[in-house]
Amino acid sequence: MMKKVTLTLACLMFASLVSAAGGAYIGEPANTNIKSQSSLQKGAKTYMNYCLGCHSMEFQRYNRVAEDLGLTEDEMMESLVLTDAKFADKMTHTMTREQGEQWFGKAPPDLTVIAKARGVDWLYNYMINFYVDSSRPSGWNNLTFPNASMPHVLWELQGIRKANFETHTDDQGEDHKEFVGFETIEEGQLNEEEYKDMVRDLVNFLDYSAEPAQLIRMSYAPWVLLFVAVFTFLAYLLKVNYFRDVH
Amino acid sequence: MGKIASSRTKSRNSLMDWFNQRLPVTQFYKDHLSEYYAPKNFNFWYFFGSLALLVLVNQILTGIWLTMHYKPDADQAFGMVEYIMRDVPWGWLIRYLHTTGASAFFIVIYLHMFRGLLYGSYKKPRELIWVFGMIIYLALMAEAFMGYVLPWGNMSYWGAKVITQLFAAVPWVGDALVEWVRGDYLISDATLNRFFALHVVALPLVILVLVVLHLAALHTVGSNNPEGVDIKKHKDENGVPKDGIPFHPYYTVKDIFGVGMFLLIFLFIVFVKPDMGGLFLEHDNYVPADPSSTPEHIKPVWYFTPFYAMLRAVPDMQMGALIMALAIVVLFFLPWLDRSPVKSIRYRRWPYKLMLSLFAISFVVLGWLGMQSGSVLQKLMAQILTGFYFFYFVWLFFYSRNEIYHEVPERIEK
Repeated sequence: MMKKVTLTLACLMFASLVSAAGGAYIGEPANTNIKSQSSLQKGAKTYMNYCLGCHSMEFQRYNRVAEDLGLTEDEMMESLVLTDAKFADKMTHTMTREQGEQWFGKAPPDLTVIAKARGVDWLYNYMINFYVDSSRPSGWNNLTFPNASMPHVLWELQGIRKANFETHTDDQGEDHKEFVGFETIEEGQLNEEEYKDMVRDLVNFLDYSAEPAQLIRMSYAPWVLLFVAVFTFLAYLLKVNYFRDVH
Repeated sequence: MGKIASSRTKSRNSLMDWFNQRLPVTQFYKDHLSEYYAPKNFNFWYFFGSLALLVLVNQILTGIWLTMHYKPDADQAFGMVEYIMRDVPWGWLIRYLHTTGASAFFIVIYLHMFRGLLYGSYKKPRELIWVFGMIIYLALMAEAFMGYVLPWGNMSYWGAKVITQLFAAVPWVGDALVEWVRGDYLISDATLNRFFALHVVALPLVILVLVVLHLAALHTVGSNNPEGVDIKKHKDENGVPKDGIPFHPYYTVKDIFGVGMFLLIFLFIVFVKPDMGGLFLEHDNYVPADPSSTPEHIKPVWYFTPFYAMLRAVPDMQMGALIMALAIVVLFFLPWLDRSPVKSIRYRRWPYKLMLSLFAISFVVLGWLGMQSGSVLQKLMAQILTGFYFFYFVWLFFYSRNEIYHEVPERIEK
């Protein structure tokens, strides 16, 4: 009995140690703008073209995306819905979990709320920090998410790069690999700025899809707070008036 | 004109009479509002009682509406929350009011309890109010923990696993107890179903009954105040305390102002920052429950972290669980540990002021430590602060026996 408790708690402490040791590489902030509809539209397009084949958005509906991104049903169905899905359908794909596990070692996760779990900066850095690594089954590795099972799907756009590391030995005689820079092996269709902008839009779309209500929520915020502020001020005057005869 | 008005008053009176002959409505209203005399000097700290009531109502109402759209099914629960967030009209608002309300409940309750420490509100004759309050706090912890499991995120799952596993620390029957609580050998659909039942029916009922008892006990002996003097000692010819004012309208009006201040902060969080950067809604709980993938860093929501830090500070796990339980149990005995006749901190000397400040700071720092990864230094800090937490009560027991204090005035002076 005590063994079980000990085991669970030991796991806990080990888990916390690991998280303390392995910090994800976040080189630069994503700088997304959730209020930019054109950025969200471009991000949605990239998602439908490159991501949806493997990563479903099973809680998100096409018609909701169209409504929030300012697209008509026709625009949405013509340019963004690439499967035979209907307008009000959820954004699912046909790949099963078993197929995913077979093909990639780990089934590609649903990405509806991934931005809430990982944060936009992590996602942005993940998508710009792929490099070739022949020791990995997919042939790719990632600086932000080391040993990720996902290959670099956007390699045609970004190009092929390898990462250079320097090995340092610390006081305790342990070796540490330190990242020093990328080296381009093959140019992509986009230059670095264009690629980063594309990823920024994509991550922006993921941020939106993690909580479509945030667009409405933020727009209500000032009015709600203004109303409560006026109410509180009046309540204060009332209170002062009542307490005038308390000595 | 006058005739109509007077006949109206008459008919209203006869309606009230009809009720009063069958149920003492007017007497109840007088006893608890219009003729419940509260000390005239309530300050900022006295908002948190009525605010706790407000948050309780918020949790019950938003909870009912969430229940209308949620299914406690391990395969569907995670999706149900997203369904509420997207497809249910205003579902996002109802959910955020509920999740922010959970954290707000603990903020309000912690401040409410600290008020009790500041002004000695737990002391004779208010021991029972304190004890009922502590049971509410315990029930609230269970309520919050089970509510946290319902979205069936990965932190829900692993948090539930770790917390239920703590029951294994009970001698002899530990394993059986864990299985009994879970309703299965592991955290599963059965666990989710029973936690749902407890969260939406059993515990809210318990909390409501306890709140009634807490208030009934309070209205029997009357409210304490920042001066810690007994206002019932000096009454006028009508038997009204000279330093008391009727709760209604004075404190109902003042509490409305308190509600406004509270709502400004509360609704700011609901509308602008409902996640509170992962503090109120944790990042790892946006990943569906997965028994085969442990989150990198399992930690409870912020309101449990002081006790979690104590659990991790003790190298032996069974001892850790015991220390954690004792940290809560010891609070029940506070009315008998503090033997000083003086209630309010205003009339106690510097050693008490210093120690109470250190106690409050150590509790907050323990809360911070409980969220951290737990480096060697952090673990050492947690051990020292856990030691201090218990030392405070031992110190109080001996110090308060022959405490030297300032003279307490007879009445509340303006």
